[in-house]
Amino acid sequence: MSAFFEISGLQAGYGAIRVLWGVDLRLNQRGIACLVGANGAGKTTLLRSISGLLTPTCGSIRFEGEEITGLRPDQVLARGIAQVPEGRRLFASMNVEDNLLMGAYGQRSAARQGLERAYALFPLLKERRRQDASTLSGGEQQMCAIARGLMSHPKLLLIDELSLGLAPRIVEQLISTLVEVAQAGTGILVVEQDVAAALDLASEGFVLDRGRITLSGSSPSLAANPCVREAYLGVA
Amino acid sequence: MSALLEVHVLTVRFGGLCALSNLSLSAEPGEILGLIGPNGAGKTTFINAVTGAVKATGSVRFGGRSISGFRPFKIARLGLARTYQVVQPFPEMSALDNVAAGALFSGAAPSLSEARKQAEAVLERVGLGREANRFAEELTLAQRKRLEVAKGLASKPRMLLLDEVNAGLNAAEIEEALGLIRSIAVEGVAVLLVEHVMRVVSGLCHRVIVLHHGRMIADGEPAHVLADQAVIEAYLGRRYAERMAVAVGA
Repeated sequence: MSAFFEISGLQAGYGAIRVLWGVDLRLNQRGIACLVGANGAGKTTLLRSISGLLTPTCGSIRFEGEEITGLRPDQVLARGIAQVPEGRRLFASMNVEDNLLMGAYGQRSAARQGLERAYALFPLLKERRRQDASTLSGGEQQMCAIARGLMSHPKLLLIDELSLGLAPRIVEQLISTLVEVAQAGTGILVVEQDVAAALDLASEGFVLDRGRITLSGSSPSLAANPCVREAYLGVA
Repeated sequence: MSALLEVHVLTVRFGGLCALSNLSLSAEPGEILGLIGPNGAGKTTFINAVTGAVKATGSVRFGGRSISGFRPFKIARLGLARTYQVVQPFPEMSALDNVAAGALFSGAAPSLSEARKQAEAVLERVGLGREANRFAEELTLAQRKRLEVAKGLASKPRMLLLDEVNAGLNAAEIEEALGLIRSIAVEGVAVLLVEHVMRVVSGLCHRVIVLHHGRMIADGEPAHVLADQAVIEAYLGRRYAERMAVAVGA
């Protein structure tokens, strides 16, 4: 049986600098998975390769049995994979609602339903819908970025650095919302530096080290792994 | 010891919004002070107000003299350096020249060649020695944050205001960052950290101040402040507080 999402032997980089050295990663079904690793390990490069922002030099990415390697970002999005970029990257001078609508660009029919869903998941965004994105707090911006990512009704949502710069209580709220999103049928692959929180949220995890997946498994097995505990959880 | 920074009833208004309300605090040389609170609580506004980037009422004294109303570059030259939460290095300049610019324009170095020499040493100190000749735009976000610290250090400050420079670091990288910040404070530089990474706050700060809606809701030692009910309600959340309690064996 083909996997929901599968990467094999993926290599990618920037010019002469190779960052990914043959990544293998398989998600058998939708659900929440996390990708952890040191800064510079290649996590963002991997997400950019999946979403078509970067063209891999070698290897394959298959989504629901279809080869998507090397497709343009809009083509990847049309197949059902959306990305929430690191640092939110909202359109600062546009208001919240217009930012959300950008997430459904070219899918006018999905926009209304997407807005309803976004406001149901994040009621605060409805209150702030006419406010410029630049005036939102960090937590509100991340809500807006996640909601924008969901506007196209993706089957798989990639989130780069969920908790970056956010208060612990806001992270807790976002995690609850993502669980809700996953339960409604969207697969989520989240990159997160707070490994304890990531393993709490996800059912399975992958450790990326210098461009290769060096460990993978269920979250409880990773949380109990001595290497993960020492290098990523800060406990021996 | 007398205070290096003395802030008295600092207030910032943006139209009808009171972003910072009557905040008073002081910092001594070598002290590491944490400033935490929910997103939007006024932490960055505090840094902006103290460094002259936004207008404020109240008074700010640094090194025994009033700096209220001073322009940002003048405050920086007095030895009060800051980093920016949204990092904005000169993207097409090398990491080395970004830091050299900090040394040169703060007056810490008399010439470009001297500034580059100092920048090299500072980059080495913050762990970016190997990245010196790379364009700033090629660095990862964590490295660019480290570059911000380097730029601040290059101005040879007496106080350094760090705005979320440890966001996005993993456990091992946080340990390195703790060592770096400790070494800065040991030299007598006062450090104010705006931070959401509680491992940094609890492991490093001598004192923690919590802001909520622009007002101070707690001030004290980290262990005391992080167990405060009002702080848990406003900022930490129950789940986090439970994890912390388990971690310290409470």
